[in-house]
Amino acid sequence: MNNRKQILTADEMRRALVRIAHEIDERNGGLQDVILVGIPRRGVPLAERIAATIADFEGIQLPVGQLDITLYRDDLRRRGMAEVGKTSIQHDLTGKVVVLVDDVLYTGRTVRAALDAIADLGRPDCIQLAVLIDRGHRELPIRADFVGKNVPTSRSEHVMVHLREIDAEDEVLIERTKAEQ
Amino acid sequence: MIDLDALQAEEIEEILVTTDSMKEVLSREIKQVPALRGRTVVNMFFEESTRTRISFELAARALSANIVNFTARGSSVEKGESLIDTVRTLQALGADMVVIRHSQSGAPYLVAQHFHGSVINAGDGRHAHPSQALLDLFTIRERLGQLCDLKVVIVGDILHSRVARSDIWGLTRMGAQVTLCAPPTLLGPSHYWLATWPNIQISHHLDTALEGADVVMALRIQKERMQGGLLPSLREYSRHYGLTPERLARLGQHTLIMHPGPMNEGVEISPEAATAPNSVIEAQVTNGVAVRMALLYRLGG
Repeated sequence: MNNRKQILTADEMRRALVRIAHEIDERNGGLQDVILVGIPRRGVPLAERIAATIADFEGIQLPVGQLDITLYRDDLRRRGMAEVGKTSIQHDLTGKVVVLVDDVLYTGRTVRAALDAIADLGRPDCIQLAVLIDRGHRELPIRADFVGKNVPTSRSEHVMVHLREIDAEDEVLIERTKAEQ
Repeated sequence: MIDLDALQAEEIEEILVTTDSMKEVLSREIKQVPALRGRTVVNMFFEESTRTRISFELAARALSANIVNFTARGSSVEKGESLIDTVRTLQALGADMVVIRHSQSGAPYLVAQHFHGSVINAGDGRHAHPSQALLDLFTIRERLGQLCDLKVVIVGDILHSRVARSDIWGLTRMGAQVTLCAPPTLLGPSHYWLATWPNIQISHHLDTALEGADVVMALRIQKERMQGGLLPSLREYSRHYGLTPERLARLGQHTLIMHPGPMNEGVEISPEAATAPNSVIEAQVTNGVAVRMALLYRLGG
């Protein structure tokens, strides 16, 4: 167990999400036409929490959707078939401001797939990206607009986001693989 | 993917869940995702079939695969090329997946032995039609919310039906109660069925079989069965085994009416039953594309 280290406590995670919610509000004054879209699995509860926070301080309930990107991945051939999740976005995205929400930003390939998937669903005026953890090592020209915490990592490390909706508790851990010890 | 007998309930469940996601893709304005971009699928149809062939074709296109149609008529098969040589040729031409329909039971097994990619059975002889059975399972669950413990009556030419055999595998794996109903000439001896599926019911009397049914699935009666002497007349068949307006009236409103198509209206199913509010025959066709997308994706992704 000593190769795991907690990098975000439940309280720190809550504060980071509150700050992201305020930044989304500030950037998109009035929050008109903003729709939050979570990327399964953990992006979806995060998007719901941000929406709930915004509802608390602004009294506006933003729509929340979920976007499964499995069918848009560029590594299907390399890694083989992955289980396809559900996409559910009740609103027409054309003319909207889409805020994509995911737990960890790493190579950027998931976001690239999400951008392609959104393009097939509509033509938003603008797409922004919110992530709880940015761990670096981008392989594509992609950056996040809203970041909970920047975490310098090595490629051999593993970042695990635990959320109470899925994992029973809120925390972010970093795990070093055996080779690094 | 040659038949459902090789699949466990969890695997069938996974296919049905994937199908649900594929159905969402088909509901979009742009009904296409790039999952199988650059893959080549060959539709090999040695037996006529419009619905299944087009369904596989639309499914492959919705996943951005390249699809080529091969029909026996006018092909090298007419020049005497064997099935094995045809398959080797398609392999050499770069096919990644083969979808095969053949009048000989077991032909897909032979193809699978000589082809390095995935083989999907689109119906072989009397043996199996797994994509049809999966779309039946998906449609029933979509409408009734479950498969376990449902009473499903399959009525018609069960003896010659690959759809019935695959449906029985799938339904029993998922815990449904299956009743087969047909005249003895179109069913064969009961022990033939009970040896493989000891828990199914067998009946020669449709009105009794339909009591408490959640689903009734009528199978196509092929006209040539008359010439073989297996049926006295189509009218008599319809009176005893057809989904007539009278039987429709006695069915509960919740009882799903299904048919794999193509229908002989007025024989195994009346036009009233085919278009009744509890008929899901069109939904079966629509869901067929999503099910085939799920199969192509899972085998070729």
